[in-house]
This record gives sequence, structure tokens and C-alpha cells, in this order.
Amino acid sequence: MVDWLVIQFHTQLGFSIVLLLVVIPAVLTGVGYSTYFERKVSAWLQDRHGPNRAGPLGLLQPVADGVKFLLKEDFMPAGADRPLYILAPMLSMGIAMLGLAVIPWGGSYQPAGLAEPLQVQVAGLDIGLLYLLAVGALGVYGVVLAGWSSNNKYAFYGGLRAAAQMVSYEIPLGLSILVIVLASGQLRLENIVEQQTALWWGFLPQWNIFLHPVSFIIMFTCVLAETNRAPFDLAECEQELVGGFHTEYNAMKWAMFFLGEYTHMIVGSAFMVCLFFGGWHVPGLAAEQTTLWGVLLQLAVMGAKISIFIFVFMWIRWTLPRFRFDQLMRLCWKGLLPVSLALALVVVVELFFNVPRSYWSLIGEVGVVAVALVAVSLFRIPVTGRQWYLPDLDNRTPLRGGSV
Amino acid sequence: MIKPEDIIRIGPPQLDGVGRMYFGEIARGLGITLGHLFKKKKTVQYPEEERPLRVQNYRGVHRLNRDPDERVACVSCFMCSTACPAHCIHIEAGESPWPDREKYPVKFEIDELRCIYCGMCEEACPVDAIELTTEFDIVGLTREEMVFDKEKLLEVYDQTKQVKPRKNPKITGYSYTGKPQQ
Ligand code: SF4
Ligand code: SF4
Repeated sequence: MVDWLVIQFHTQLGFSIVLLLVVIPAVLTGVGYSTYFERKVSAWLQDRHGPNRAGPLGLLQPVADGVKFLLKEDFMPAGADRPLYILAPMLSMGIAMLGLAVIPWGGSYQPAGLAEPLQVQVAGLDIGLLYLLAVGALGVYGVVLAGWSSNNKYAFYGGLRAAAQMVSYEIPLGLSILVIVLASGQLRLENIVEQQTALWWGFLPQWNIFLHPVSFIIMFTCVLAETNRAPFDLAECEQELVGGFHTEYNAMKWAMFFLGEYTHMIVGSAFMVCLFFGGWHVPGLAAEQTTLWGVLLQLAVMGAKISIFIFVFMWIRWTLPRFRFDQLMRLCWKGLLPVSLALALVVVVELFFNVPRSYWSLIGEVGVVAVALVAVSLFRIPVTGRQWYLPDLDNRTPLRGGSV
Repeated sequence: MIKPEDIIRIGPPQLDGVGRMYFGEIARGLGITLGHLFKKKKTVQYPEEERPLRVQNYRGVHRLNRDPDERVACVSCFMCSTACPAHCIHIEAGESPWPDREKYPVKFEIDELRCIYCGMCEEACPVDAIELTTEFDIVGLTREEMVFDKEKLLEVYDQTKQVKPRKNPKITGYSYTGKPQQ
């Protein structure tokens, strides 16, 4: 079937269309089951079973949820900005899906009788990485518009918070990606992945995580913030803002925000897998596989890596408490930003001495963290915790009738 | 009198440099939750599984007892409806057809939705005619359905008569730990 279509078109275009028709339903199913998995993980971490009534093991739960969302009354608050109110969830979901276009899902496929191998990627852009970064940053528009258009002060605060958070966390995110871009000298995601398929000492894959672990941690933190996941989900902080930006949304519009969030998570995970964990690279196999079975194996490995990331997202969500907003900002501007700037500087120095992607990268990253640690503990720089300009705590609250 | 030296001041714990970089604490927290991933689940799958009652004097739905001759034991003294703080017992008395008592309830209704299950009625009853069983899972589709009349209350007795509710439990037998009593 695939072969037939490819031969009909004889181009990458035909293959891209086939891929598109496969990827979008696959990702949407993945998104549906992420919501199921999220509830399962939250339950398991809290010694519960999670949804287990709809179908075997509760596997029909996403279907039941979908039917529920479609059948619910679609309510719009009085005074809402109608076009924007309707546009916001669509933007949130649509923009999140744009990122799927440039993810290299499974290397390249060489069918018999074709001169050029086909990229298992919907669109191989020269600036794939920048595109993904730009599209990721656009995701906040859905949230901001939802907050603005609902005519609700809590939603508005949620939107404002999301905007401030996104603007701040874009910077360390960009800087930590810059580290990889500089070190690898590539902006095409598929080339970055290919670079990581080589082996050190014949067994250790040359994944960037081994060279730039600190950049990875910073990027991971920023992706958590970008996808509005706990502990950075201040835009929908229910203790303070009712529901935050989606306070006034219900039925399918509400669900679309969540589909958008999970799609964003999948794209973000795929992005991190490509940059740091060798994308579709199967650990143990040195070279790229271009046979049909090889490509399928690589697709499966990519899916597994993404699933692990999604599990980690959920694991973190159900472990860590939410930040306070000032802590969130401080973590970004006083913590992540200086460290990621220093890391970018270190990579530039490595490039100057012409030793990128060598053990010097690891030494540089560890060195930056060591310096940061010394600075923080020696000078007691309060990145988090109580700030120096606040008065000393005196918890001597006089008891009524007491003699203090 | 509270003296200043009696006061213990507790401030937030100060983190050291490593602590302020969060990683150790985050890893510890993640370890704790990961441990829970593999623990035995605590959920009781309710309709299929039932947990034994924690306390034997649990106050559930009422029953109207029958005497050994299978007659309703109530003598319509109105003690229970007088004692009821929720005013949810409605009794209409009639002349008893039997020689051993003067009155019997023609109508006896308890609004189970208004009831606060305090047990005052069973404490008040001079002939132990009204009792609270340990049944807690009563349901109904309408409010009217939840007003239990005499027949229904006698029916509850017929279904639960093998159990003698414990009105004055020994406090020592009370357990907060979720372990069922003997
Ligand atoms: S249990 Fe309390 S509230 Fe309920 S009927 Fe008896 S006395 Fe009234
Ligand atoms: S107190 Fe007992 S006997 Fe008197 S009316 Fe109530 S149930 Fe009947």
C-alpha cells in the first residue's frame, strides 16, 4: 500500500502525505490515551487503581470522555468576546499540532527501485529547529486569548501569568537549544539526530545527553513551563484562580485545551528526544536502518522514548507542588538564565578551540554547575527560599492573655 | 502564665546551597512517589468488594421491630418523634386491635433524607421498637421514595432481624485504625 502510493507519486511529497495521514490520527490517539495514562499514573502514585470501569482495564475511558464532552451543553458566558472565545481553544490545539510537521519520526526509508531515500518526516525544513521553537512559543496565544476573552478576572489572571511565564522561560529554553545548535553546527533536526547515531568505544551511543546533561535539565524544565505542566501550571492554578484561563470553558472547547496541552507535551518530548536522546536511534545499532522493518523499529523506538518522557512529565506533576509565582520567576531569571548563558559561553569557547562534541563539553557543563553551586552557597545568593531583603522572621505571635 | 522563655520559635528551615538548587529534594520526592507506584493499592472496589464496618454501633437506616407475635412492636408513644432533633418521624396513632396495648401506629413514616442518624429515637423508645441498623447504602430515585413508611421499616426488620444492633457499645472496642472489630 505504502509502496504503491510512493511509486504513484515517485516523490517525497507522496510519502509525506501518507505519513501525515498516519501521524495525525496516531498522535490524536496518543493524546487521548495520554489523558487516560495521566489518570492511571496519578492513581498509581497515590495507591489507587485509576479508571478501570469503562471497558477492559478502563481502556475505553477516553472514548467515554470524548462522548461526554461532545454531548455537554456548550455554554458561553455573557460578555465574552465571541470570536476570540471560540478561536482560543482552536489555536491552542492547532498550533500545538503544527510542531508535528518537522519531527523526524524514523530516519529515512529506501524502497527498492527508488534512487533517493525517503525521509520519514512530514517536512524536512532547513530551519526545522527554529520552526519548532517558534511554533512552541505561539502556543501561549491560545491561553492568553482564552484568559482575555472570557470576561472573567480569574481567567484574565491566568492568561497574564501564562504570558509572563512563557516570555521568561523562552529565554533559557532558547539558550539551552543554542548549546546543541552550536555544538552540532546544525539546524536540521534530522541531521542533529544522525550525528548522534555514532558510537563511542563501540557501544555507547553519542547522544547529546552524555555531553550536555545540564543543558538537558534546563531544557526539560523550560519545556515543562512551556507546556503549562505542573509544577509550572500557574495559569490554571485552581487554589488561587478557580480554573485559571479555562475557568469559563466547558464541553468540547475545554477538552480542546487539554488535547492541545497533551499534543504540546508529545511535540515537546519528541523535540527533546531528537536533541538529546538520539531521536529514532536504536541503542546498540550503529547505523541507520533504511529497510521497511528497520524504519518500523526506529519508529517504535522513537515512540517508546517519547512515552518515557510523557511518563516523566506525569510523574513530576504528581510529585512536586506548584511554585508560587515569584518563585517561578526567580527560578527562571536568577537560576536558569545565568546558568544557561554560562553554558552557551562555554560552548562558544569549545568551538573556538575546535573541540565541540568531545569530553570537553561534559567538563564544561559540570564546571558551570560547580561554579554555580559555589556561588550560591558561598555568597548565599537566594535563588529560591526567603529573600535577603525581607525582614527577619519573628514568629513570636503574642497569645491573647499572654504576658509577652 | 506564659513566660517568654516558654515560647518556641519555629521558622522555615533554611536550605543550604545544594538544597537551594532543588535537585536533591526533587530526586527524593520522585523516589518516594516511584515507590508508591509499586505498592499495593488501597482502593476497595466497592460494589464488588465491601470493607467490614469499622464500628459495630454504626448508625444506619432505621428498622421497626416486630414482637414475638409478628406484630409491630411500637406502641405509638411518640417518644421517638419527640426526641428527634430533626423532626423527621411522623406517627399517626390508632386504637390497638390487641388487648395488651392501647395504641398502635396506623402510620409511621421516617424521612431518611432529613434524618441525621443521631440515634436519639432508639434511645428514647421504651419498648425497643425502633432501632438503627448498620445498613448505610440506601438509595432512592426521588425524595418521596426516601420517606420510609411502616411497611418498609418492618421490611427492613425482616431483612436484618438476625443482627442485633449494638446500642451501647463498649467504648474500648472502638477502633480508628480501620481494623474490623472481632
Ligand atoms: S436518628 Fe435522630 S434524626 Fe434520625 S429519626 Fe432518629 S432521632 Fe430523628
Ligand atoms: S418511641 Fe418506640 S414505641 Fe414510642 S412511638 Fe417511637 S417507636 Fe413507637
